[in-house]
Amino acid sequence: MLYREALNKAIDKTMEMDETVVVLGEDVGLYGGSYRVTEGLVAKYGERRLIDTPIAELSIVGNAVGMAIGGLRPVAEIMTANFGLLAFDQIINHMAKYRYMSAGKITLPMVVRFPQGVSRQLAAQHSESYEQMLSAVPGLTVLAASDVNYAYHALQFAIMSDDPIIFIEHELLYNKKGDIDFETAIDPLKARVVKEGQDMTIVSYLKMLDDVMEAVPEIEKQLGKSCEVIDLCSLNPIDYETLETSLKKTGAIVVVEEDHKTGGFGSQIVSWAAEEMFYSLDAPPLRLAGEDVPIPYNRTLELASIPTPEKIAEKIMAWGNKNGL
Amino acid sequence: MNKLLAEEIYYDMVLGRTFELAAKEHYMGGDIAGFLHLDIGQEGFSVAAMKAFDKGDVFTTYREHVMAIARGMDPKDVMAELFGKAAGISRGRGGSMHLFDPSHFFYGGDAIVGGQIPNAVGCAYARKYQGREDGVMVVFGDGATNGGAFFESINNASTQKLPLLFLCENNGYAIGTKITRVAPFEKQAKKAEPYMITREVDGMDALAVYESVREAQSLIQDGHGPVFLEAMTCRYEGHSVADANTYRSKEEMQICKGKDSIDRMEQLLLSQYGITPDAIKTIQKRAQNCVDEAVAFAASAVEPELAELYEDIFAERKNHAVS
Repeated sequence: MLYREALNKAIDKTMEMDETVVVLGEDVGLYGGSYRVTEGLVAKYGERRLIDTPIAELSIVGNAVGMAIGGLRPVAEIMTANFGLLAFDQIINHMAKYRYMSAGKITLPMVVRFPQGVSRQLAAQHSESYEQMLSAVPGLTVLAASDVNYAYHALQFAIMSDDPIIFIEHELLYNKKGDIDFETAIDPLKARVVKEGQDMTIVSYLKMLDDVMEAVPEIEKQLGKSCEVIDLCSLNPIDYETLETSLKKTGAIVVVEEDHKTGGFGSQIVSWAAEEMFYSLDAPPLRLAGEDVPIPYNRTLELASIPTPEKIAEKIMAWGNKNGL
Repeated sequence: MNKLLAEEIYYDMVLGRTFELAAKEHYMGGDIAGFLHLDIGQEGFSVAAMKAFDKGDVFTTYREHVMAIARGMDPKDVMAELFGKAAGISRGRGGSMHLFDPSHFFYGGDAIVGGQIPNAVGCAYARKYQGREDGVMVVFGDGATNGGAFFESINNASTQKLPLLFLCENNGYAIGTKITRVAPFEKQAKKAEPYMITREVDGMDALAVYESVREAQSLIQDGHGPVFLEAMTCRYEGHSVADANTYRSKEEMQICKGKDSIDRMEQLLLSQYGITPDAIKTIQKRAQNCVDEAVAFAASAVEPELAELYEDIFAERKNHAVS
C-alpha cells in the first residue's frame, strides 16, 4: 500500500461512514487530486461531496470553516503548502479562533490537508515547509504523517475529530510503501519510537525521518553507539512525555527537520530540552535543519539547502566525537 | 407590514440606539475597552434586516451589537460582553467585535474585513447540501467589496447557485476613506452584477429594508442562486469611538442625520399605524429601562476566573497551560 492510497482509504472510509464528510479543493474531484489522493472518490460519492473549487485558497479554507459551522465535516486540500499562504487569514483568524472567541459556541470539525516540503526541483514557491508557523497558532492541532500506517489512522482521526486540524503530508512520501495495521488503534497525538536505542535520541518527522533512518546504521557503526529514533507525529500538541522518557535514558538529543533553521520547528524541541531536561543532558543539543535560503531549483543547490542522509550522518558523528559520545 | 411587527422593529431600533449611546458613555468612562464600533444612524438597516431574515443563518461584521440584539440576544449578555465580564455572551473573551449565538443562527462578529464572507459561502453550501431552505445572509460594508475574499465569494456562490444573500451596508466610508477614492464607483452592486441578481434599497428606511430583504430571501430560496442587496446608509459616528470623524464636513453630517431612520419610523407609526405619541413615549421608556438594566447587570457581573484563559480552545483536545 502506498502513502497516498492510505490517505485515500482513510477519506473513503470516513465518507462511507458519515454523510457529512465532504472534500473540497483544486482538482480533488474529476481530476482525482494532483497527488492522486482523492482518486476514484468522485465516482463513488459524486460531485456534491467531492467539490472542485477555483484556484482560490482563501476560499477553500474559508468555505470549509463555513461548512463546518453549518454542520458538515469538510476536508480541504491545499495543493501545496506555499499556496496555503493565501489561506492563512482563514486558518489563523477564523479556523483557529472561532471556538475560543465564541466561548465554545462554535465547533469546527474540519481538516486542512497540507502537502509540503522539498520535492524534486520545484523551486522556491513550491518547496517550503510551514509547520513552524502552523504549530505556533493556539487553537490548531497539527499532525505530520511520515508513514502509511500513521497516514491512514491519523487522517481518519482528524476527519472525525470535532477540532480543526492541520494535516501535513510530505510530497516525496506519496509513493512510499508500507502496511496498515488495521487491528491496532493508535493515538495520533502521541510520538512514536521508531527504533529503540541507548545513547542518543534523534527526533524527527515527515520525510526527514526516512533520511534519519537511512543515516543511523552508519552513525551507529562509526560511533559504536545506539540511536533511539522518535517520530513526533503530532507537532501541536507535542508529546513531551515520550521525549522525556527517551532523553532520561540516552542523555543526548538531536532534532532533524527540513524547514529553515531560523525560527524552525525544532527550536521548540531544543528549547524544551534546555529548559526542562538540562540536568539529563550529557551533550549540547544538536539541531539539523534547512539552510536559511529560499529553496533553489538546481538539484545540487536544492540538496545543499536541506539535510540529507549523508549530511545527517556526518554532522551527528562529528557532534558525537566532539562531545565524547 | 402589520402593526405589531412595525412596533417591534421601532422598539428594537430605539433599543439599539439607546444601547449604543450607553455603550459610548461607558467606553468614555472606561468600563468598556478595545475597539467599539457604533451603529448609531444605521439602526433601521440593522434591525429590519435581522427581522426580515428571521429564519436562516446570519454572518456579520464587528459592528454588530444592534443586529445581535435584534436577532434575539439578551441586551444584558451583550452589554456584559462589552464590559468583558464572565456573564457576557462570549464569556468576556470576544468583546464588542465577537458576539456569537448559534441558538439564534448568528455566527459573529468577525473583525477581519471581508473575512466572514467565505464562511457564509461555506455555510450556504452546507444548507443546500442538507436541503434546508432558509438560506444564509452575510452582512458586510462597502469597504469589504474591494477585497479578494468578496470577489472569490461572489464567484463561488454564483457558480454553485448557493442560497446566499450578500447584504452590503454601504455607508460610503471604508474606515475613514471615502469609498469613491478606493473604488471606481459609489454603488458596489455593480461589482456583483455579472454574477447575480442585484438590488438597491434606501438603508435609512427600515420598512424598505425589511421588504427588500424579504424579497431577496424568497429569491435565494427559489434556487435563483445568490442575490446582492445594497443598502445605502449613513453612520453618524466615526468608524469606531476612537475615530474623531474629522474627515466629514458639518454639512455632510447634517444631510446624513436628516435621513434618520428612527424619526422616519416614528412618523410612520403615528401617521399610518394609528399609534399615539404616548405609546411612542412608552416604547422609548421601555427601551431605556432595558438598557439601564443591561448596564446595571454588566457593571455588577463578575470577572472571568483566571482558569478560563485555557477554556474552549478545543472541543476534544485537553486544554492545557504551558509551563
